[in-house]
Amino acid sequence: MKLILFIWRQQGADDPGKLVRYDTSEISAEMSFLEMLDVVNEGLVKDGKEPIAFDHDCREGICGTCSQVINGVPHGPQERTTVCQLHMRQFKDGDKIYIEPWRARAFPIVKDLIVDRSSLERVMQAGGYISVHTGCAPDANSILIRREDAETAMDAAECIGCGACVAACPNGSAMLFTAAKVTQFASLPQGQTEAKHRVCMMTEVMKHEGFGSCTNHYECQAVCPKGLKTSFIARLNREFLKALDSPEMPESFSGGFLNRGNPSR
Amino acid sequence: MILDGRAPIGPIETQWERHCRDLKLINPANRRKYKIIVVGTGLAGASAAATLGELGYNVETFCYQDSPRRAHSVAAQGGINAAKNYTGDGDSVYRLFHDTVKGGDFRSREANVYRLAALSNNIIDQCVAQGVPFARDYAGYLENRSFGGAQVSRTFFAKGQTGQQLLLGAYSAMLRQIRAGNVRHHSRAEMLDIVLLEGEAKGIITRDMVTGEIRTHAADAVCLCTGGYANVYYLSTNAMGCNVTAAYRAYKKGAYFANPCYTQIHPTCIPVSGDYQSKLTLMSESLRNDGRVWVPIKKGDNRPAGEIPVVERDYYLERKYPAFGNLAPRDISSRSAKEVCDEGRGVGPGGRGVYLDFADSVRRLGENSVRQKYGNLFEMYERITGENAYAQPMRIYPAPHYTMGGLWVDYNLQSNIPGLFVLGEANFSDHGANRLGASALMQGLADGYFIIPHTIANYLAVSGPGKADLDNPEFAKAREDVNTFIAKILAIQGRRTANDFHAALGKIMWEHVGMSRSEKSLKTALRLIPELREQFWEDLKVPGGNADLNQELEKAGRVADFLDFAELMTRDALSRDESCGGHFREEHQTVEGEAVRDDETSSHVSAWEFRGGHEIPEMHKEPLVFENIKPAVRSYK
Amino acid sequence: MRSFFKNLVGQKILMAVSGLFMTLFLTAHLLGNMTIYTGGLNAYAEQLHALVPLVWISRISMLTLLLLHIYFAIKLTLENRDAKPVGYAVSKNIRSTFASRNMIWSGLAVAIFIIYHLLHLTVPAASGSVSLDSMGRPDISGMVVEGFQGGLVAVIYLVSLLGLLLHIIHGIQSSFQSLGLSGEDAAPVIHRAGIIVALVLSAGFLSIPLIIFVGIVKG
Repeated sequence: MKLILFIWRQQGADDPGKLVRYDTSEISAEMSFLEMLDVVNEGLVKDGKEPIAFDHDCREGICGTCSQVINGVPHGPQERTTVCQLHMRQFKDGDKIYIEPWRARAFPIVKDLIVDRSSLERVMQAGGYISVHTGCAPDANSILIRREDAETAMDAAECIGCGACVAACPNGSAMLFTAAKVTQFASLPQGQTEAKHRVCMMTEVMKHEGFGSCTNHYECQAVCPKGLKTSFIARLNREFLKALDSPEMPESFSGGFLNRGNPSR
Repeated sequence: MILDGRAPIGPIETQWERHCRDLKLINPANRRKYKIIVVGTGLAGASAAATLGELGYNVETFCYQDSPRRAHSVAAQGGINAAKNYTGDGDSVYRLFHDTVKGGDFRSREANVYRLAALSNNIIDQCVAQGVPFARDYAGYLENRSFGGAQVSRTFFAKGQTGQQLLLGAYSAMLRQIRAGNVRHHSRAEMLDIVLLEGEAKGIITRDMVTGEIRTHAADAVCLCTGGYANVYYLSTNAMGCNVTAAYRAYKKGAYFANPCYTQIHPTCIPVSGDYQSKLTLMSESLRNDGRVWVPIKKGDNRPAGEIPVVERDYYLERKYPAFGNLAPRDISSRSAKEVCDEGRGVGPGGRGVYLDFADSVRRLGENSVRQKYGNLFEMYERITGENAYAQPMRIYPAPHYTMGGLWVDYNLQSNIPGLFVLGEANFSDHGANRLGASALMQGLADGYFIIPHTIANYLAVSGPGKADLDNPEFAKAREDVNTFIAKILAIQGRRTANDFHAALGKIMWEHVGMSRSEKSLKTALRLIPELREQFWEDLKVPGGNADLNQELEKAGRVADFLDFAELMTRDALSRDESCGGHFREEHQTVEGEAVRDDETSSHVSAWEFRGGHEIPEMHKEPLVFENIKPAVRSYK
Repeated sequence: MRSFFKNLVGQKILMAVSGLFMTLFLTAHLLGNMTIYTGGLNAYAEQLHALVPLVWISRISMLTLLLLHIYFAIKLTLENRDAKPVGYAVSKNIRSTFASRNMIWSGLAVAIFIIYHLLHLTVPAASGSVSLDSMGRPDISGMVVEGFQGGLVAVIYLVSLLGLLLHIIHGIQSSFQSLGLSGEDAAPVIHRAGIIVALVLSAGFLSIPLIIFVGIVKG
């Protein structure tokens, strides 16, 4: 099939960037979306032009590297599917396809379709872990976990950290991402000790990194390739209310401990 | 030279404990004086960085991805083995040890495997404490399933995403150390060389993949946790970025490369659909529990699967291996699929595929219970192929998946270069000639969490802190070499893309050094690879420069190393004159086509030493001695 | 507590709590207004005004909530815009609604309306400039009927109440979500209930000027 692509090209962070039109032919319906871009890129390289830079790695929908907004929807038209798992049979001959990078203050553009998502790392650094020393853990079966709780934790833990939720959110909020981690650990007995600290610090850092707040548009749930639910955000809010009276609530946050020196490199 | 793995002597059950007692320690207050570089932050790297940071060492980590959470460990689906015996079905450390040695076709080091089996239990404890959401039963206890032909249920799992969950656990432990200031991490940084000072590994050279800057980093020790090299086949289940560069450049600096010919071809992957194919997708092996593998009896039978009557179908695994049937081990299933396709009985586009049919299970259990068990896999299959596997059989074909070979290490996970430690898939040590299902995750985490913290201290205590100085001319020289290499690639300005060459190399490797190899095919490969390499250095086209993000340049560097490495791998396959595990030599098979091992002449590790340029490398042997488990013929009939 | 006001989840919770209290106030207000249909509005007004301290407490707390709500609405809106400085060339909304995306504008309409409404009805009533009815009470009912005679007034009310409708449709379910009260099963129920409450409130309020305008209720 033939397609008309409009792809965001931007040389670097300071370049204004623009949409560039590419006409393709000989695209097979069996190709994945990224293989279609490979074909375009091979053509560009052979013509001595710079290929389109885009992030991708595992190409099986689990690493969360690929990040493209296709016709206004992060990860494109197919529900619960990352760009790398999207196949061209979802499109028709002659379609116009707009491909843009994730857009948010917290995700500055590196080049073309590649953005810097290290802000998500720093949200995780704020409390996305359970503090346990290597080798001092008790026997695994000494911690009993209700099956429903284990399942909730697992559902929340499925997050691949791609940032589609931020890209889709009109407020550029990372609430679903943050809430997923908070929910995972809040559902488990191991996560209770640090629960209050976690929810306070992660939300503080989220704001500090330039993410917006959640005003419940639920766009994030609609585009999440792993089907994470906004009920996790309700859970985060609940966890936050529980932390209200605690001394863990930081008076002010300066971003001191974050790995800022070398954010993405 | 005869290599010594330096495994402790004495009863295997207490080897590690006794060894730890003998290893030197470093006082907690002194640890921050030591800097350790960890390259690669998958399961092995992240867990090592987390633990070393926690102990108080000054750790610096590097990965080529934009976040450690994206390392390809994330893609492991099935599970992780441990000898917990929670199901009470007679499992034990010894049995896991036994199964792993046997599964590896008696080509692994006993002492390492025993230690791995013993540490497996600690891993599960550690991961649960970190909040890894393993599956639980209704009483709240951990659930287990059986996996990959094991006769006990010892596999722990988190839905179909065990690798992801374990990686996120290790990643979170590492983040905690980043926050504590013990670990400093660099994403989008690719290691391009290793720096030796007086023969010891004391630093690395990296390229900042965003700015193109070539940086030098000094340290007291270097850990390579850079994964496997299955992408030498171009099409594999590895991530697009997985590469051999770090390991290969260490090899060029003198580290021995052991058993590079041991590669695992996974039987249940989605077949290639066209020339544009960029990677292959694995479907969990668990599908073989309920699916039946078949091809038409007649050659070139193009009828749709549903129109081929049962009598005209060949359920070849059930026919050839009645005891294990569709659950035969990975290497055997893969090879059988290739055989029937070579006979012209393959199905789907290009005839490179076999059916995995669920019709009988759907009839027996009902579509709903099949959906419950495998729903997400069927969904994935439909997303990729556009076919509904409830209505028609899936098509599967083997694909390169894991590499058992890697840099040679001793019992301390130290390579022959002092100060250079190699962990996880990047080393060669634990899986022999074939890896069993659900044991890759186990090895990565055992190396990172529980082994390296002990063994690296022993080296550091002897070598002392702060020996490496960035002002040492060796650093400047190594940086210059990297700059020269990059300039050379950019200067070619030919016509073909790096991808083009990679695909061509993959084709050579798949055809001649793939699932089955012969002296003839290997010699053909040894002729074709240098030819291709020559074309590469004459006709490569890399647009853009070094001074910014340039994905073509990254790719070209990796392909250059694959082109060199492929030759080493082929040479190893040629020198290993036997069939064992994933290495099948057509000259060594029974009349029924089963692999024949040669314990007389080949019970050793082949560790290759770089001799400069394209000289034939020198092979060193580490003899393998089996004191606990007597080598036997691996039979799955 | 200072940090609670600074945290973005804390701010959302404040929005939710103030919003829900104002919705409660609206409900009480509507119930009171409904007495106009039974002819009991003047009696209701008189009873209400007998409780002077209560009226003032309610007025002051409503005003405080309102100001808080407005302050944080503006703050959050500006911050959220800043968090998304560049939009997409092609944009598509999947789950968000016209109501959810325009809360600041529907809120603005309601805010302007509140000022107008206070000047229009509350201030005259409170300042005692209202004539007395046959029983010697302030004739609130008469004032209302008179006030709603003009077509323009009816249009202003119609537009403003449409704003209120949109604001509450998103506001109620959003508040429950922000307070962490909407689980996976409850969320759709809360969503629907919110729409019903919003419709009932707006329709109830709107009925008065409309019915007066078409002349069914007379002074």
